[in-house]
Amino acid sequence: MALLQIAEPGQSPEPHKRKLAVGIDLGTTNSLVAAVRSGESTTLPDEGGSHLLPSVVRYTEQGVVVGQAALSKASVDPFNTIVSVKRLMGRGVDDLKGLEGEAVYRFAERDGGMPYLQTVAGDKSPVEVSAEILRTLKSRARASLEGELEGAVITVPAYFDDAQRQATKDAAQLAGIRVLRLLNEPTAAAVAYGLDKAAEGVIAVFDLGGGTFDISILRLNKGVFEVLATGGDSALGGDDFDLALARWFLDQLGGKEVIAGESRYLTEKARWVKEKLTDNQSVVVDLDHAGQKISLTVSRELFDGLVEPLVGKTIRACRRALKDAAISIEEVQDVVMVGGSTRVPVVRERVEQFYGRAPRIDIDPDRVVAVGAAIQADVLAGNKPDSEMLLLDVLPLSLGLETMGGLAEKVIHRNTSIPVARAQEFTTYQDGQTAMMIHVVQGERELVEDCRSLAQFVLRGIPPMAAGAAKIRVAFQVDADGLLGVSAKELSTGVESEIQVKPSYGLGDNEIAEMLKASYSFAEDDMQLRHLREQQVEADRLLLSLEQAIQADGEVLLSGEEVEHLREQMAILQVLRNGSDAAAIESGVKILSQASDFFAARRMDQSIKNALKGHSIQEIEGDS
Amino acid sequence: MMDISQNYFEFLALPVTYQLDLQALAERSRELQKTLHPDRFSHLSDRERRLSVQYTAYLNEAVSTLKKPLSRAQYLLKLEGLDTFSETQQQLAPMFLMQQMELRESLEDVVGATDSEAELEALRMAVERELLSLREQFDAYYQQSTPSAFEAAAVCVRKMQFFDKLGREIEALEDQLFDE
Repeated sequence: MALLQIAEPGQSPEPHKRKLAVGIDLGTTNSLVAAVRSGESTTLPDEGGSHLLPSVVRYTEQGVVVGQAALSKASVDPFNTIVSVKRLMGRGVDDLKGLEGEAVYRFAERDGGMPYLQTVAGDKSPVEVSAEILRTLKSRARASLEGELEGAVITVPAYFDDAQRQATKDAAQLAGIRVLRLLNEPTAAAVAYGLDKAAEGVIAVFDLGGGTFDISILRLNKGVFEVLATGGDSALGGDDFDLALARWFLDQLGGKEVIAGESRYLTEKARWVKEKLTDNQSVVVDLDHAGQKISLTVSRELFDGLVEPLVGKTIRACRRALKDAAISIEEVQDVVMVGGSTRVPVVRERVEQFYGRAPRIDIDPDRVVAVGAAIQADVLAGNKPDSEMLLLDVLPLSLGLETMGGLAEKVIHRNTSIPVARAQEFTTYQDGQTAMMIHVVQGERELVEDCRSLAQFVLRGIPPMAAGAAKIRVAFQVDADGLLGVSAKELSTGVESEIQVKPSYGLGDNEIAEMLKASYSFAEDDMQLRHLREQQVEADRLLLSLEQAIQADGEVLLSGEEVEHLREQMAILQVLRNGSDAAAIESGVKILSQASDFFAARRMDQSIKNALKGHSIQEIEGDS
Repeated sequence: MMDISQNYFEFLALPVTYQLDLQALAERSRELQKTLHPDRFSHLSDRERRLSVQYTAYLNEAVSTLKKPLSRAQYLLKLEGLDTFSETQQQLAPMFLMQQMELRESLEDVVGATDSEAELEALRMAVERELLSLREQFDAYYQQSTPSAFEAAAVCVRKMQFFDKLGREIEALEDQLFDE
């Protein structure tokens, strides 16, 4: 079919050529890895047979422990055992003040806004901790799939902002995983459900995990999963249910100040009670706290009352998402439940009540996200050239810039389809102003201080002019992963100024490079080798795709001279590629890319024409 | 790098008209997404992925502009050389501005009213009626296709902007009153 030729140039992977790609659900409480094998997407177990990897990392003087073994030490060694690190991803030190009473870690004093955790193995950033979890999943996948991974689809809460997404991607880079796509968790769940049933229509995905809550409204149509609206709270989850109950325990115990290990003890007991209450009307729990022994009875009614404010929040978000999607409740054909916390009976009851229909729970809510992610990873790796599946996402939170008076001016509104590019013009405030501070924020509120600060940079070299005369165009570009790029330019004189983007809470590229270095024993050599390998892969990819493009469309879209020129350039890159100079390969890739840009653009235009074939003629005739 | 000289309608192979078939818009959008989306290029080189991001962003911008009645009207005028997207000075009849002020006052009064939900709903309906009638007026002027008719159509657009903003404020108030 002409429509697919450009995307999958003549690829029909034979079984032995099949690329290994996985889906990873990097959860607050548990993480999973899944892959498509023999046409079916399944989660991969470890040697012990368990699929869920507790998202817990323990640092010891001997090394790093991840998973169940780390979890079992959570209360005895709280400072070196990091749980729920997802809640710290992309966050600044200031954000964590709201987590008091649960964030029992020791934060290191450091420059910049990113919190580092003090452990016996040194200060660790949340990105490094997450990378340990990803590494464990990667080696599990390599062991069970018996081969090198082409890449992975990693899921994130739909409501994650740019800083949180970037932190997740950085963690993958640190773990040596190529990210095929950051996929929103609810969309992944919809894929897991949708493909089996070949569903059409509108569905709502209610995703309540350990630390995050998402609600997404999607329209399914002939393999296209289009997110219409998304909402939620990236700091609301089952952990908060545990905390609410732990606080009640503390009240019963005469409420004194909590210390780290004991707080863990109480939240662990609370979680145990919560889970028991799923199948029981009431549970008796024995607490041994600060020398006090006490036995408490927790009824479902009491628990429901304690978590009511939290459940109420989720229902309000459901209402708002429907409104944003311009969909009425009656139009929702299915409600899908995702995340371990949707096992709590009161959550199910309230969701059923709100939508007026019983929610779907036929796929294990713990595994459904990873299963869906693996299906997309298989498609993205190029294993399914005939697949019509396409996942279209939206921006979860508005993006804007700080203007005078600390106000946030929105440039791209929430629930805009991505990728998106948009520019806004600003002007100077004072006569002769030659520099401008550009502050990028994300959020719905009017005031900058209520929004999340994403990046700040200074645009210099504005020619001195009267106030209001300069015209500065700030351009935003959001890619399919929901990641933002910003550039700025002075228009009245045509002077394009250099910009420098400093992520407010993220890691700089040099920091990532440092960490990568540190993670190798023979740092220098391995770094270079890895860099060379990466450049060779990129060169191969470019050469292959160009070769296939010439074969498919060269005759129609290129002159003989153009083909000849491209072939010469390709031969040059091929020579460089076979050498061992990474920098030379890198610049060779750049040169060939530029030399073939016109061809890529022609092919793109050609495929647009093919996709719309018939329509234009019809319309022009009908019009005249 | 990307050079798209086609306007949004041409890009989507749709007739240049205000009475747009939204169903057709959705279908064309899906067809093009299947061709252009970066996920179709994820196993290819960086360069092709970047190009596809640019094209898809253009497609998304086209669809979101044409989907909404107000921005569709603004875009049609822009094609005729009248830019109502970025203008700051709006000259509107005093009568119209008076009506706007009155509507705004009724919106403020809703907060203290005994049956604020019903009053807000009535206000929402009134705004919706005005918008519908302005859309019809716009289309009539637009179809006349003369310079003075385009100017008259631009006045309709400016009025729509007022009502559109009021509509959003009503929604915000609704959220504030009944969601918390």
